[in-house]
Amino acid sequence: MKIHEYQAKELFRAFQVPILQGFVARSPQEAQDAFDKLGGSLAVIKAQVHAGGRGKGSFIEVPNQRGVQLVRSGQDAATAAKNMIGNRLVTIQTGPAGSPVNQVFLEQGCEIARELYAAVVLDRAAKLPLLMVSSEGGVEIEKVAEETPEKILREHFDPAHGLMPFQVRKLCKKLNISGSAAKSADLFFRKLCEVFVKLDCSMAEINPLVITKDEKMIALDAKITFDDNALYRHPDVKELCDVDEEEPAELRASNSGLSFVKLEGNIGCLVNGAGLAMATMDIIKYHGGAPANFLDVGGGANTQQVTEAFRIILSDPNVKAILVNIFGGIARCTTIAQAIIDASKEVGFKVPLVVRLEGTEVEEGKKMLRESGLAIISADDLTDAAKKVVASVGK
Amino acid sequence: MSILVNKNTRVICQGITGKSGAFHTKGCKEYGTKMVGGVTPGKSGETVEGLPVFDTVEEAVKQTGANATMIFVPPPFTADAILEAVDAGIEVICAITEGVPVLDMVHVYNVVKASNSVLIGPNCPGVITPGECKIGIMPGYIHQPGKVGIMSRSGTLTYESVWQTSNLKLGQSSCIGLGGDPIVGTSYIDLFERFEKDPQTEVILMIGEIGGDAEEKAAEYVKNHVTKPVAAFIAGRTAPPGKRMGHAGAIITGGKGTAAEKVKALEEAGIVVAPSPAEMGAVVAEALRRTK
Repeated sequence: MKIHEYQAKELFRAFQVPILQGFVARSPQEAQDAFDKLGGSLAVIKAQVHAGGRGKGSFIEVPNQRGVQLVRSGQDAATAAKNMIGNRLVTIQTGPAGSPVNQVFLEQGCEIARELYAAVVLDRAAKLPLLMVSSEGGVEIEKVAEETPEKILREHFDPAHGLMPFQVRKLCKKLNISGSAAKSADLFFRKLCEVFVKLDCSMAEINPLVITKDEKMIALDAKITFDDNALYRHPDVKELCDVDEEEPAELRASNSGLSFVKLEGNIGCLVNGAGLAMATMDIIKYHGGAPANFLDVGGGANTQQVTEAFRIILSDPNVKAILVNIFGGIARCTTIAQAIIDASKEVGFKVPLVVRLEGTEVEEGKKMLRESGLAIISADDLTDAAKKVVASVGK
Repeated sequence: MSILVNKNTRVICQGITGKSGAFHTKGCKEYGTKMVGGVTPGKSGETVEGLPVFDTVEEAVKQTGANATMIFVPPPFTADAILEAVDAGIEVICAITEGVPVLDMVHVYNVVKASNSVLIGPNCPGVITPGECKIGIMPGYIHQPGKVGIMSRSGTLTYESVWQTSNLKLGQSSCIGLGGDPIVGTSYIDLFERFEKDPQTEVILMIGEIGGDAEEKAAEYVKNHVTKPVAAFIAGRTAPPGKRMGHAGAIITGGKGTAAEKVKALEEAGIVVAPSPAEMGAVVAEALRRTK
């Protein structure tokens, strides 16, 4: 789960990770008030969307408005807020449809001496959390990783003990940070790692991370992604979820315990198991088709869930055919067969339906489908299923 | 021979009084697995499927001589259950539970590593030695005793490959689902080491998926240490970057972990890679032919 910058900074404040003062605003008037409350002659107004690349992004409705802007008066702030709120921001990460902006964040300005990059992630290979810091702040970190990997410094840490002071000393030495800036860095990095562990983050990224002219290390931006599996122990974090940022079909699927990802093709897929679901997408492509989605109904799926899965697939107007591929382990073929029959009664299949069943209760499942009188194209194996569904779209 | 489990393995189920635990205890018992008991704190004295239930794993081991466990407890309690099994000296621990927080696994992984236990999972179908011992949720009847050692991060894709190798009359020595999470107890390399030493295993099939670099590391290991023929399939060739495909591990980030990179690394190590998931059985046969 992702959250907005302003929410991440509220969490940072609670954990004493240094940030600037800022206020969220949901109307031009609130933006103007926020500017006045900050009390400076300069502030930064930032559109709140989960995607990165906001500074270079622009709004569909107001093309000359960027997602991040310096403002020098309350009036400026109100004007920028008016351009942003209620409109859609397009960045390199949002896709052409953009993301809706419902709030903006106003933050005081600061005098920047240096820009850095920092992120805490889970290193799967080392099986430990990893703090990465780079001297190249404000730029795309992927580019740094590819072109000058030596500029990314890495420190693993044990979640039970957190990042140790010597690790910060090593980083500061290599980054040429000394004096009171180094003291500030010690607080910053260790608190950041603490946030990562205490809130079960899967990523906490600060880009840019700045050192101000008065030698303080501060998070100018903040992106946090949480481990969905650990949200049960952070009910307060779970409440920060912004449903407007989620793809509606994906949200609907996750509410039914289904794993769904929307794709660009025209063949809907309903599969049990993530690996088999990916492999089903692959084999459709291998035989010249294009999958419209990834959909894993999971092991313990019941008839209601599978029927909902069909509804979600059929709500995509691009879908011209559906492939059902089930290898029953815990999931039983009879459950799937019943769901197909129920779904056809309820929503009706106006597109060809290719079904391949194997595994637990396969004979009973196939019999149910045969006796249902539905126009189902049955397939014997994976290749047969893929060829038949691709052919049915080609017609 | 086989790896990890065989007809002498004595198995308990942690979470045996739960719906899934009871259901799969029955399934394993019917397959012929030596199920000897179960554990649910506070329920000692009860029986499930005719098996005694104990309060602690320690007690279960003492009373039944169990040396393997399958864990069906809910995600918030899985780390604790695994550590309890390690503490009791259980040799093979299969954690079936899906949805364990990843930081729990950071701790668990390091404890398991320092012990004599082997952890399979979490978020996995389990382990089976066909005809001898099934620990987990896989449908038993698709398996057949034979010569292929199978390892996979995915459950249903493992079944698919088992079915294909059974239909080709190759059969399986042992099949292991490693689990779909970012941190799991056992790696491909751990299993390559075991399959290489197992006389029953004549050919090894590795089923990988996008994300991480476990397949690349396995390829490197195969190149240097495995003399038996190896076949592979990588799921997720068509997955878009940045989107998590069900498994918490299956995500392409920063351009790393793509199927193309993995296939390249595997082929360079002399591994026969299936172009489509329908050809997993076929590439196993092909890998066997190449060495003869």
